[in-house]
Amino acid sequence: MTLLAGCGAQEAMAPLDASAKLPPDPQRIAQGARLAALGNCMGCHTAPGGKPYAGGRGLETPFGTIYGTNITPDAETGIGGWSQAAFARAMREGLDNNGRHLYPAFPYDYFTRLTDDDLASLYAFLMAREPVKQENRASRVPIPRVAVALWNKLYLKKGPIEADPGKSGEWNRGAYLVRGLAHCGACHTPRDRLGGEIKQADFAGGEAEGWHAPALNADSPSPVPWTRDALHAYLRTGIAESHALTAGPMTGVVRDLKQVLDEDVRAIATYIASLDRRTPGERRKAADEAFANTKRDAADNARGRVVYEGACAQCHDRGRDAEGGALQLALASGLTIPTSRNLAHIILEGIEPREGERGPWMPAFAGSLGEQDLADLLAYLRSLTGRAPWKDTHEAQR
Amino acid sequence: MKLNVNGRDVEVAADPATPLLYVLRGELALNGAKFGCGLGQCGACTVLADGEPIFSCLTPLSVLQSRKIRTVEGLGTLQNPGPLQSAFIEEQAAQCGYCIPGMMMRAQALLEKAPGASEDEIRAHLSPSLCRCGTHMRILRAVARAMKAKA
Repeated sequence: MTLLAGCGAQEAMAPLDASAKLPPDPQRIAQGARLAALGNCMGCHTAPGGKPYAGGRGLETPFGTIYGTNITPDAETGIGGWSQAAFARAMREGLDNNGRHLYPAFPYDYFTRLTDDDLASLYAFLMAREPVKQENRASRVPIPRVAVALWNKLYLKKGPIEADPGKSGEWNRGAYLVRGLAHCGACHTPRDRLGGEIKQADFAGGEAEGWHAPALNADSPSPVPWTRDALHAYLRTGIAESHALTAGPMTGVVRDLKQVLDEDVRAIATYIASLDRRTPGERRKAADEAFANTKRDAADNARGRVVYEGACAQCHDRGRDAEGGALQLALASGLTIPTSRNLAHIILEGIEPREGERGPWMPAFAGSLGEQDLADLLAYLRSLTGRAPWKDTHEAQR
Repeated sequence: MKLNVNGRDVEVAADPATPLLYVLRGELALNGAKFGCGLGQCGACTVLADGEPIFSCLTPLSVLQSRKIRTVEGLGTLQNPGPLQSAFIEEQAAQCGYCIPGMMMRAQALLEKAPGASEDEIRAHLSPSLCRCGTHMRILRAVARAMKAKA
């Protein structure tokens, strides 16, 4: 208890002095907009169909549902009364304006790495948004906020990351973004039972809202290993040659990255590509195997193969170069990750373009395939990779 | 293989991987469902399986063996059109008519599952079906009319 008392709730911040407000600086606000896109702030702080940054989106976590908060400058329900110092403290220490602990679903363990200048730009951008009066929804987490102080002792390493002078400026910029604002590891690194990241398994693949977030290190399941250029294309456009489309929570990330400076996307790609430490020979061997698998015959999964031929082959057998064709599935990481969940999601829900965009697109099969049909199809597709069969082809559909 | 189409048990000769559409049109002479794109992109081939709208061009027979299939022919006849068909006639919702059987079957699913659906819900539900003539407003009116008639 003394420990809890010693590191529990902190002091409230002084309210924002409206008379001390600086006039808006358009350049800083524009920089803040790019940073907010890099951080995918909208991802959690905007409800589906809701006003931008007004919060209300529920994030399912193993600990319960946590709702993104209103970060528009409304004085009562948003952060309109927060000083820049209060904003910086929230970002770096996970405390709200009143000194109350925020749940670490808000990735302040990443945002703690941000420079003062970037924090100032983000603050300027958010304070220049349209204020929206919208009460925050109470999160449904059966853990007292004061317990977060203990979590912080275990997992929060405050402060900037050290630059590596042996690496290029681009790589270091990438490290700053990936391990900071972009908080890539928040999904792509596995977590322990307390929800803290397992540091020895950096980027070894994690979870995001019912989807598997694939490993980005040498364990990357990507049939054709990622290169810097392929990652750049993927992060810029959502599609890269010989790789599957973005799906699930990554779709919103890529949508936001379209608003970011190309040099920053390139830096992220450079850094992520460097996480895969396999030799060029090992990577080439993996790619050769993947292309060979596109011609593999997996006749021993007869029922699944029949479903594939009737429902999938029209597009996926022909490859992307053909009119109306789609990726040959042996090249899709949905088949090589440890769970069939992502593939089940995509097949059942399809891929829908955003309102006003014509693609990418795939029909949803939820009404057509029964549970056993889909389980058969998943087993068949997995067998194309030569990897051990999935054990979760039924649970994955729930 | 055995199928149940519009309440009738039928035996078909096609391979289990064959998409339903080709069997409906080729073997069973049920020509209501149309071939549009063959890729599940246009909705002209839509029929119902246990009340769920499916793209028959992308649904192999193997997954349909124990399910009740309904096509536009199951909604009524020329002499005695069903309620949804009557609503489409009254609103003159067809121009070339190619998309209409698929539109109707998709709408029929909503009519059965959510009889009081709002216009927004009708729009969202019908969005996988495309009409190249642009009679969307009439189609929406026809579906709304059928909803009203049922209520």
